[in-house]
Amino acid sequence: METLRVVWAIFMKDLRVEWRHRGTLASMCIFGILVVFLFNFAFEPAREETVRLLPGLLWIAFAFAGVLGFNRSFAAERENAGLEGMRLAPVDPGAIYLGKMLANLFFLGVAEVVVVFAASLWYNFSFVPAIGWFALITFFCTLGYVAVGTTFGAVAANTRMREVMLPVLQFPVAVPVFIAGVEASTGALKGDPVGDYAGWIKLAAGFSVVFVVLSYLLFEYVLED
Amino acid sequence: MPSDTPGVRPALELSDVSKHFGDLRALTDVSLRIEPGDCVLVYGPNGAGKTTLLRLLATLARPSEGKVLYDGGNVHQNPAAAKAAIGFTSHATFLYGELNTRENLEFVGRLFGLANLQQRIATVLDLFHLRERTKTPVRELSRGYQQRVSLARAFLHDPLFLLLDEPFTGLDAASTESLQGLMRRLQEQGKAVVFSTHDFEQGAAIARRLVALEGGRIRYDGLVGMAPLTALRIAREGRKTL
Repeated sequence: METLRVVWAIFMKDLRVEWRHRGTLASMCIFGILVVFLFNFAFEPAREETVRLLPGLLWIAFAFAGVLGFNRSFAAERENAGLEGMRLAPVDPGAIYLGKMLANLFFLGVAEVVVVFAASLWYNFSFVPAIGWFALITFFCTLGYVAVGTTFGAVAANTRMREVMLPVLQFPVAVPVFIAGVEASTGALKGDPVGDYAGWIKLAAGFSVVFVVLSYLLFEYVLED
Repeated sequence: MPSDTPGVRPALELSDVSKHFGDLRALTDVSLRIEPGDCVLVYGPNGAGKTTLLRLLATLARPSEGKVLYDGGNVHQNPAAAKAAIGFTSHATFLYGELNTRENLEFVGRLFGLANLQQRIATVLDLFHLRERTKTPVRELSRGYQQRVSLARAFLHDPLFLLLDEPFTGLDAASTESLQGLMRRLQEQGKAVVFSTHDFEQGAAIARRLVALEGGRIRYDGLVGMAPLTALRIAREGRKTL
């Protein structure tokens, strides 16, 4: 209960901060939409090519929108040493991680919904037939990506070249999630039997759980000098 | 071992503490015991280790060698009790610019799990004369008001040990006087106040005890009035200037 109270307080604080300036979510959505838009012009894919290209394109948009979000999330903390302020309270450092992660998950989730909606319009592609599995795949892969991004966002926040450091640190670690996301999304959107891509979903789910647990346990050391 | 004897109040201690940042030795073999009721001025030239000492006491930094103790126990093995007893202000305000004064205080109160949160907020708003600024986003407040909110934040959970790093920075004369009065009252209430300032006269007017630092070592630890002139000059100007 104690941990949940802290997680909720941090989540609500991040939501409130974002509501006041609306910079993070707007930039994530606009960036994601631009990626979808530009790829459409670059490739002008036919219907059958769309199913092949769309998952990769979406995950590129999600990945870069995520980097923007993670950077902004910790920029707000860095401004007046907010993370240190939280560390002064008698709270589990893991709870600080979960609170920040939950907020990042929410922001990236909203951006993903907007980007998928934009993609369905521009590519004239309906996600509805596969929406259940596609949502599940996206959820697990986003969870894994956000788990990595939140941890490395906190690490990069204290470095001089933080905007560059974050993608350099997190992308190599998050590669399994992106591969799983692209492969499983392709299977789901093509209408393949679930069994064909269930392994990728399990990989994404397993990666997410392991990384969330590891980050929860080790976040104390990430926050230290 | 934690004190379980009635009437014995917990102390905050540095025991043979050294802190290095790479090759830089910020503090060397520092031992210090702060007890409730103490009012300690930490004084020294730039780079003497004042901020590092306060951050170690505040549990924000781990010592490279030695231990930080609260109530006899290592604060890094059981940090919750120490953190609940410590309030800290620093050069950074620990505030969120987009949130207003009340929202910042509510957030901190929730982290501390304060049961009487609204009552405590009302108390600190009155104490630091912030009633008229409760709904102003912190970003729009002057540096002096931000410092007051930062002090209110540190004081919100009614800590036994108040650690203040340059608390008078940005405060106008009236606010400085008000803070000095508060620090005296806290001392009378049996709370410990440890603070650093560059203005020796200002600090000496409140503190009873002086810890003079130079080059990361304690050069003097005792009553303010008993400090030898040499120690004071070293603390004020650094050894090289003598």
